[in-house]
Amino acid sequence: MNVQAWTFTLVGLSFALYIGVAIWSRARSTGEFYIAGGRVHPVINGMATAADWMSAASFISMAGLIAFMGRDGSVYLMGWTGGYVLLALLLAPYLRKFGKFTVPDFVGDRYYSSVARVVAVVCALFVSFTYVAGQMRGVGIVFSRFLNVDINHGVFIGMGIVFFYAVLGGMKGITYTQVAQYCVLIFAYLVPAIFISLLMTGVALPQLGFGSTLADGSGVFLLDKLDGLSRELGFDAYTSGRRATIDVFAITAALMVGTAGLPHVIVRFYTVPKVAAARSSAGWALVFIALLYTTAPAVAAFARTNLLGTIAEVPYEEVPEWFTSWEATGLIQYQDLNGDGLVQYRGPNAELANEVEIDRDIIVLANPEIARLPNWVVALVAAGGLAAALSTAAGLLLVISTSIAHDLLKRTIKPDISERGELIAARVAAGVAVVIAGYFGINPPGFVAQVVALAFGLAAASFFPVIILGIFSKRTTKEGAIAGMVTGIMFTGAYILYFKSLHPELNTADHWFLGISPEGIGTLGMMINFAIAIGVSRITSPPPESIQRMVEEIRIPRGAGEPREIGA
Amino acid sequence: MAPSHRRQYWRTNLRYLGILLSIWFVVSYGFGILLVDQLDTIRVGGFKLGFWFAQQGSIYVFVVLIFVYVRLMNRLDKRYDVDEDT
Repeated sequence: MNVQAWTFTLVGLSFALYIGVAIWSRARSTGEFYIAGGRVHPVINGMATAADWMSAASFISMAGLIAFMGRDGSVYLMGWTGGYVLLALLLAPYLRKFGKFTVPDFVGDRYYSSVARVVAVVCALFVSFTYVAGQMRGVGIVFSRFLNVDINHGVFIGMGIVFFYAVLGGMKGITYTQVAQYCVLIFAYLVPAIFISLLMTGVALPQLGFGSTLADGSGVFLLDKLDGLSRELGFDAYTSGRRATIDVFAITAALMVGTAGLPHVIVRFYTVPKVAAARSSAGWALVFIALLYTTAPAVAAFARTNLLGTIAEVPYEEVPEWFTSWEATGLIQYQDLNGDGLVQYRGPNAELANEVEIDRDIIVLANPEIARLPNWVVALVAAGGLAAALSTAAGLLLVISTSIAHDLLKRTIKPDISERGELIAARVAAGVAVVIAGYFGINPPGFVAQVVALAFGLAAASFFPVIILGIFSKRTTKEGAIAGMVTGIMFTGAYILYFKSLHPELNTADHWFLGISPEGIGTLGMMINFAIAIGVSRITSPPPESIQRMVEEIRIPRGAGEPREIGA
Repeated sequence: MAPSHRRQYWRTNLRYLGILLSIWFVVSYGFGILLVDQLDTIRVGGFKLGFWFAQQGSIYVFVVLIFVYVRLMNRLDKRYDVDEDT
């Protein structure tokens, strides 16, 4: 069977699986719709969190980014895993004890203010929408490359699938579909990685393979070979760093703290039955994520070595098939500048001009082809990429629909709405959100691709400080929290807007404040948020007695019980 | 539960957090970012040590830290009789 037939088969089978799971686990109450009834086993929840969390960016783009960034790529590896330590130690258990449905629920109740709740809803919607548009785009790209479907039709198909199981199943349907999607995506990621590791180093475990010697009998370590090849072709050595230390530090921190502040991740910890389960569930989530995240840098190093080795000085007529098929999509571009008919792939330090432009996003998708793996493995990667994009999109859509139906409608505008009415509102909101997300997937505003990574900065600068202070400092007042959230997100948003949209030509290290790039500025925004929230709380009257007692209660696990509605 | 009892429980929790988050900081920001070039002079097999911490080691330590915290807290909850198994 050729690649396309395999892809249709595997993608079709995986979609049938997701729909089957969704029908089996559809939601019947708001509790089931928002938080799966609060009865999900911690290991299952960990797996669902991992799928929820690992998006098209983790699956498709990350290894490619690392392959081109070398050691600096570790900002993504540490940044997108270290946040789980913060979640498990500082957030998840207390939010579970608090036991409501959403992050704005917590902010609104803890800070005894519907203004704070609405500010939190706006932040949650903004973060989730920018994020979900990127996922839909990812779905479109996979469809167009592997199934020869027009990119827009790909987005429509993705919308249809997500609509079906998110609207029908709510959190319960999404949780169990995400478990299935995790299995598909991790299998699809590990199989080619193990194959390539065996081919290149003879070691099956990629995590050990990329620190081993090459299988060609030369006795040279793979990373040394890669450093050598890189320098020869005018790139910096792969294992050396290029970015300024302060910027690496700031980006890593923004990603870590942003992870711990993302509403669609936090909300998953409301779905487990106990506080102790919330703690261990974060641990399991990280185990499942680490499986992919420790493999990714190995994949990056293998792909980079293969890439530098296979297309250097090859006559253009003899380039491998993957080169021309990706060229057709425009994601590889070749121009024979010196007219010698050979492909020269060179770095910035080389004498010869570089003739090849390679889009980072294709590394994971093209890797099995570059390494000449069987067709079914290539198809598997397509199914995995779709699983990653769909699972994250569904989780985000749920946050959007919950924010509207629960936080805005039920808790702010129309508190006497019936459970049935709220459930209908939640489904309608999810449906509308799918359509909007699809629209942005088809017509991506120029800034979306950049803003996806920046959503972390915004989450870091808005939610994280007020949640932490809400738990660890009884003295933090509503004035402090609102002032902190507003200044944090405005400062970060303005800095990003200035460099990414208004003055992209100034977006270089010389013009950055303290040498911190827009990707890392969320760290500074977070510190400003903390400082303002603490400062303002000092000079305003302390929170009421009942709130201080509530904080005392949150700190003790006993009595978590079923998640409850207000006043119960 | 008596307030002093509660305070003690909370203080022990904060001590655990302080210790574990220090380790979290040292392996990632310390070994992986601030000291990476110094550690890179040490080699373990094909890996430079700083590079290994930045792309592998820190992640393994993160996983271990969470499960250590889970165990410590489960014990602490029982000792102060605030666990949920009643």
